[in-house]
Amino acid sequence: MNDSYNISEWDLEIKPHDSLLNLHLNDVWNYRDLLGLLVRRDFVSFYKQTIFGPIWFFIQPIFTTLIFTIIFNKLANISTGDVPAPLFYLSGTIAWNYFADCLNKTSTVFRDNANIFGKVYFPRLIMPLSIVVSNLVKFGVQFLLFFLLMFYYNVIEGIRVMPNIFILLFPVIIILMALLGLGVGLIITALTTKYRDLTFLVTFGVQLLMYATPVIYPLAAAPKKYQLIISCNPLSGLIETFRYGFTNKGEFFSSAFIFSVVTSIVLFLFGLVVFNRVEKDFVDTV
Amino acid sequence: MSIAIKAENISKAYQLGEFTTGTLSRDIERWWANIRGKEDPYLKIGEANDRTVKGNSDIVWSLNDISFEIKQGDAVGIIGRNGAGKSTLLKVLSRVTSPTKGSIKVKGRIASLLEVGTGFHPELTGRENIFLNGAILGMRKHEIQRKFDEIVDFAGVERYLDTPVKRYSSGMYVRLAFAVAAHLECEILIVDEVLAVGDAEFQRKCLGKMGDVSKGEGRTVLFVSHNMGAVSQLCKDVIVLQNGGKIYQGNTNDGIVLYNKMGINENVIYEYDVKFKKKHFIKKAILKQFGHITNAVENGTSIEFELDIECASDLTVSFEFILKDKDYKEIIFSPLGLAFSKDHSILKGASRIQLSFAIPYLATGRYYVDLIMAQAGVQTYDHAYNALYFDILNNYNDKTGWVFTQAMGQGAILVEGDSQIL
Repeated sequence: MNDSYNISEWDLEIKPHDSLLNLHLNDVWNYRDLLGLLVRRDFVSFYKQTIFGPIWFFIQPIFTTLIFTIIFNKLANISTGDVPAPLFYLSGTIAWNYFADCLNKTSTVFRDNANIFGKVYFPRLIMPLSIVVSNLVKFGVQFLLFFLLMFYYNVIEGIRVMPNIFILLFPVIIILMALLGLGVGLIITALTTKYRDLTFLVTFGVQLLMYATPVIYPLAAAPKKYQLIISCNPLSGLIETFRYGFTNKGEFFSSAFIFSVVTSIVLFLFGLVVFNRVEKDFVDTV
Repeated sequence: MSIAIKAENISKAYQLGEFTTGTLSRDIERWWANIRGKEDPYLKIGEANDRTVKGNSDIVWSLNDISFEIKQGDAVGIIGRNGAGKSTLLKVLSRVTSPTKGSIKVKGRIASLLEVGTGFHPELTGRENIFLNGAILGMRKHEIQRKFDEIVDFAGVERYLDTPVKRYSSGMYVRLAFAVAAHLECEILIVDEVLAVGDAEFQRKCLGKMGDVSKGEGRTVLFVSHNMGAVSQLCKDVIVLQNGGKIYQGNTNDGIVLYNKMGINENVIYEYDVKFKKKHFIKKAILKQFGHITNAVENGTSIEFELDIECASDLTVSFEFILKDKDYKEIIFSPLGLAFSKDHSILKGASRIQLSFAIPYLATGRYYVDLIMAQAGVQTYDHAYNALYFDILNNYNDKTGWVFTQAMGQGAILVEGDSQIL
C-alpha cells in the first residue's frame, strides 16, 4: 500500500478552520431536498390541529390592515397619497411582515435548532434558507389578498389603480428583501450564540424599525429633512418601489432604491461569511 | 484495502466556566484571530483531561493529539470510561463541532447516528418523518423513496404510517427512527450507543443489522458503546480512549481487557488490615466480571469474587455476600452456607476461593459489598465491611427507554411484573 495520499483522493477533510470565503455552497446544493422537506414541515405543522387551517395566513394581514386604516388613516389622518388606504396598508403590511419574519426567525436559528445541530451535521445554512422560503410561500399566499383588493378597487369601486413598468422590479425586490432579512438575521444569530441579549434587541428593534420604514405613510409625505434619514433604511427604497410598481401612485426614488440594492447584497454576503465562521463550533458555546 | 478515515493529531479544547477571557480587549483579540482563521492565542496546550485533578487553566482538552487510521469495511469500536472523550470524538467525526487542532480525512459519505430520531416532528406522520429524518441524515429524496418499503418493513409500523408520530408508543417511535438511520446510503456509519433502546428483540435486530452493514455490505462502521458484549460481537478492532488520549488500537479482546483494567483503582482491591488481629481472615479480594477485573458492572448478569484467605487452623467455612446501595443500606444478602449449604473444608494457611453471585437488575449508581467468612450458623470469622464497590453504568428499561437510577429514591432493584384489568 502506498503511504502517501493525494489530497484529491479524499472526499472530505475535517479541519479546525477553513478559509474565510469557503462557504460550502455545493454542500448546500446537495442538501436541497432537505430544504424542500423543511418548508413542507413548516406548513404542515402550522395548520395541523387548527380549526381554520391555512386561512390563518389571511386573517393576520386583514386585521392589521383594518386596524392601521382605522388608527393611522381615520384617527391620525395620515395621508396615503392617491392610493386607497386599505390597499396602501395591505401592501405595506405583507411586504413588511415578509421581511420581519425572515429576520426574526433567522436571528434565533442557532438557538432554536441547537438540539438538531448538536446531533447531526448538515449545512447549517439550510435552516435559515428554509425559513426564507417558507416565508416567501406565505408572502405569495398573502399576495393573493392584495390582488383581490386591487381587483375590488378597479372593477367595483372604479378607482384606477394600475401597475406601471416598475412592476418588473417586483421579483428583484422580493429577492432583495429576503437577502436583507437573511443577512441581518445571520449576523445576529452568529452573535447571539455568545451574547444572548441581542435577541431582546431584535424583538423590539424590528417593531420600531417599522416606523422608520414607509409602511404606514408614503415616503413623499414625510417632511423633507426626515426623508433622507428614512432613505438610509434599506427597506424604504424596496417598499416604496414595490408600491409604486403596482399602483403607479407616488414616485420612484432611484437613489434610495440603488442604496437598498447595494446594502442588501453587502449585508447578505457579510452575514453569510460570519454565519459560516460560527457554525462550525457554535455547539460548544450555545 | 484502502483507508477510509485518517485522523491526524486531532485535539479538541473546551473552555470551562465563562466563555469570555474576562476582558473585552482579550475577547476582541481572540475574535480577531478567530475571524482570520488563526488559532486562539489564549489556549494552553498539553493539559490532559483528568477531572480528578483541578487544572490551573480554564481549558480542558477533551481530545488530546489523537491519530488513527481506519480501513475501509472495518467495524471499529471506540471504548473508554465516562469522560474519556468518546462523545467528543464522535462529534468531531460527524462534523457537529470542529476540532481545535489537527485534521481528519475521510473517503466516502459519512452518516452519523448520535441519537435516533433527530429532527422528528411530532405533528408529522410516520411517512413524512421518514423523509424528513432521512434528508436530515443526508439522503436524497429518491434514495429514501427507493428504501422506503425496507424501512417500513424493518420498523414494523406499516399500519401507523399516516398517523402523527406523537401518537406512537415510544417503542414504535424508536424503531422507526432506527430504521431510517439503518438504511442510510453511506460508506461510513458512526453509531453512538443507540442500541440501548427498544426491547431486547429489537436490540438484537439492530445489532444484526449493524453486523450486516459492516460485514455484508462492506461499509465502515464506528461504534461507541459501554456494552462490551455488543462491541465484541460487532467489532474486530477497538480504539481505547482515556482522559482524551488514545491508549490502544487493535484487537477487540485485548482492548476490552485493557478497558476493564482502567476501572481499577486502589479501592477495588480489598486488602486485610493487620490491625484487626484476626485468626482467620480474608486477606485479599477482587471483583471480576466475565473473567476480567472491573468495577463497572454489566447489569442483570453475574459477578465473581476472588478471595485469598488465611486460616490459623483447619476449618469448615462458608461465605456470605451483602450488597449495599449508595447510602450503605443493605439490599441483598446471599449466605452461601446458610441458604445453599456451600460449606468447604479448608486447610491451615492460605487458600484461594472463587464466589459467584447472580445479581438482579439494578439501578445505575454505586454499590458497596460486604464479604463475610463464617462457619454457617455458628460463628463469623471475618466480616470485611464495604470491602469492594462497583458501579452500574448501563440501565435501560426494556420497552420504554426509561432509565432507572438510584438517585431517584425509588429503590435499587427492578423486578418484573404484570398488570391487568379485572
